[in-house]
Amino acid sequence: MPDSSLLDQVKDFANRPNPYPVYAKLRQNPVSRQDDGTAEGTWVASTHGTIARLLQDPRVSSETLPPADRPRTGNPLTDLIVKPLKDWMMDRHRVFIFRDPPDHDALRSAVMHQFSRERVQAMRARSDKLVADLLDAKRDAREIDAVDDLAYPLPVTVICELFGVPREDEPKFHDWATQLATALEPDSLTDPEIRAKNSRTFDAIGGYMGDLIKEKRRHPQDDMLSGLANHATPAGVKMGDYDLIATSILMLVAGHETTVNLITNGLLTLLRHPDELERLRQDPMRAPRLIEELLRYEPPVQFRTRRTLSAIDIAGVTIPEGADLLLLLAAGNRDESVFPDPDRFDPDRTGTRHLGFGGSLHYCVGAPLARFEAEAALTALARRLKAPRLIADPPPYRQGAALRGPEHLRVAIDGIA
Amino acid sequence: MAAPERAVVVGAGLAGLRGAEALREAGFSGSLTIVGAEPHRPYDRPPLSKHVLAGAIPPHATTLPHGLDESVDWQLGSPAAGLDRRAGTVRLADGRTLPYDRLLIATGTRARPWPNPHEGRLAGVFTLRGRDDAAALRQALEAGPRRVLVIGGGFIGCEVASLCRTLGLPATLVEPGPTLLARVLGSTIGAFIGAIHEGHGVDLRCGSEVEWLEGEGGRLVRAHCTDGSRIEADIAVIALGAVRNTEWLDGAGLSADPGGVDCDGAGYVLDAEGHPDPRIAAAGDVARFPHPLYDGRRVALEHWSHAVAQAAHAGRLLAGAPPDAAYGALPTFWSTQGNLVVKSAGLTEGADAVAITQGNPADGRFIALYGRAGRCIAAVSVDSARWLPAHAELVSTGAPFPPEGAATDRPKGIETFDPGFS
Repeated sequence: MPDSSLLDQVKDFANRPNPYPVYAKLRQNPVSRQDDGTAEGTWVASTHGTIARLLQDPRVSSETLPPADRPRTGNPLTDLIVKPLKDWMMDRHRVFIFRDPPDHDALRSAVMHQFSRERVQAMRARSDKLVADLLDAKRDAREIDAVDDLAYPLPVTVICELFGVPREDEPKFHDWATQLATALEPDSLTDPEIRAKNSRTFDAIGGYMGDLIKEKRRHPQDDMLSGLANHATPAGVKMGDYDLIATSILMLVAGHETTVNLITNGLLTLLRHPDELERLRQDPMRAPRLIEELLRYEPPVQFRTRRTLSAIDIAGVTIPEGADLLLLLAAGNRDESVFPDPDRFDPDRTGTRHLGFGGSLHYCVGAPLARFEAEAALTALARRLKAPRLIADPPPYRQGAALRGPEHLRVAIDGIA
Repeated sequence: MAAPERAVVVGAGLAGLRGAEALREAGFSGSLTIVGAEPHRPYDRPPLSKHVLAGAIPPHATTLPHGLDESVDWQLGSPAAGLDRRAGTVRLADGRTLPYDRLLIATGTRARPWPNPHEGRLAGVFTLRGRDDAAALRQALEAGPRRVLVIGGGFIGCEVASLCRTLGLPATLVEPGPTLLARVLGSTIGAFIGAIHEGHGVDLRCGSEVEWLEGEGGRLVRAHCTDGSRIEADIAVIALGAVRNTEWLDGAGLSADPGGVDCDGAGYVLDAEGHPDPRIAAAGDVARFPHPLYDGRRVALEHWSHAVAQAAHAGRLLAGAPPDAAYGALPTFWSTQGNLVVKSAGLTEGADAVAITQGNPADGRFIALYGRAGRCIAAVSVDSARWLPAHAELVSTGAPFPPEGAATDRPKGIETFDPGFS
């Protein structure tokens, strides 16, 4: 089979349950040009070494979004004056995962400043309580859907509480977040229909956040949005309204679309490795290393895209200037030269340097949240589910290839302790 | 040669320790003696001018963990005073002699003292090289001096002055050169770093020189500069660089001078005729060796990571397990100056141009790339260490300078400057 089809196989929904054999084929060429229907193609990095190197290469840019181009309305006033202005504002105030230094650094530092130790500790304790309540609610059930019953509501509640988004408004975010998360899928950016939908969604969520920010200015509370809206960092960074809206949207979408997969992939993996489930049940202290191994073995974010600002010689090839790059983090996590016997789930690995949270300057801001949410959820599931059995293996998957995880994970149980 | 039976490591710093460990790891099973001038087991120096001075950790917490067993004979507290290669002995200052058939020279450097010994002995005048120096200076800083005078604008001077500001102490730094760090980084980049320190309140006086230190009742009270100005200070830190400890090798017939002891590419020490002595290797600050990345130019590097790597190399060599390649890792170092982290890869020496390839000196964050004859030879990051690995690759591969093409946070069209080495 020619090289060119491998990227298509990565995207192919049929491979969603197990993309790893495709990744293994890709790793035979650490960096390869793959056909994606364009003349230039996409350059895929699939080994640990090449990904780690490209993540910290200053010639690699995260500014991959095409210029904003809202759909025309037919109203000349809107199309000639409002649309260009809005497009311009949108381009200038992208969310920071799609921005380079120095702007990226300032925005990120403001968010990091809000992730205070006290706030994270408090939310850690809160997660345990949330998990307990969610499982108590299913106490008499003989079947649960790990996604709807726990893995989705937990991180969503955590991020809403951290940002001070009223819980009753959360249902609005469900569809918004699902829609905006498509920005991480490679083909969505070139599809005019998806782009139009994304800009409408961004307007809707942006309007909501704009109002909420005004409210946080009038009545500041002890939450991250109030902090970002009212205070500068010690280095003097204070976001303008547009950056603040974009950043809070980013945090909320990430809170909706990533940790859910970590928890669900985690339970799925444990149910496929009953000995590990039993060990975790007996020893909850195993959770941290088990979660690190999960981030290697089944990372919620399988890949990220980048663009080259100039040509890069790497692993015997030259990636040209202006090329689309796909850093296949989940393939690097199965690189046999770094992780012996890479397809084996083994929480007792030492010195793992997985790429589950990315790396370098875009390393996941929410990593501590993801870790303690997964720990709270998986330890409670291991302890409380009585005789859990997978109802469907593989389970049905969500559409995304980048943000990959089960849509539902139905588990038969004899009850919840 | 018969299997070695007696190894002596002269120098109980980082290089001596790592060299001794490497000897054992490479299978040397004879007697192993480590000679140290100070009474302390090997300790880590970088934290002395940072965490220890800041009071974040006590001086003894810098003791290095090690993998040596009880069989090691520690001879601490008396420096080596002589080497007799014909007899195969090292003589200590207290008169004892230690026989060897393998010798690792790792005597490092000491702080260059204030030239006037009488003034240098005034209470309040410090140098900073060893753990005891750091402990004494920390105690003096804790007493709340009116002002700390730092004499010399090299890395140690910058670290001490900026740390004083972090502690809220008034600090003046006097440097005869045109800028801070001019000798190592050139005056162009030195001026940028100086501006950052001035922004944090260091009273910076470049192009000025302290002529003499005035005491009252045996205590420092002020310093007099050659331009007639006076600086009221009760602490002076002499940061005039280091002197290599090679005097004990006088008369040993080795190629050694105040610039270091010469080694060949493998790491063996050279005798006065330039022949390697296969029983003796050197490592760390004191070893001058032909660096393969710099056309074999002989350099002596005062870098932490270099001491570790070169000592490991030398230890294996002496144990009879010669490594395949000549030692020649890319030189790297770091310096924490208050909140500022300066890191470097490569050697700036001989640079004919420098360019800011990322960031902006006005923001206090940037990468400076140094070129020589159209090739990249060194990179220095100022609060931008995440970009250093990519630049280190340009240096280790000798990529064309200035680099072409765009990068994140890079000005359009890279401008090159005279680096300002005098």
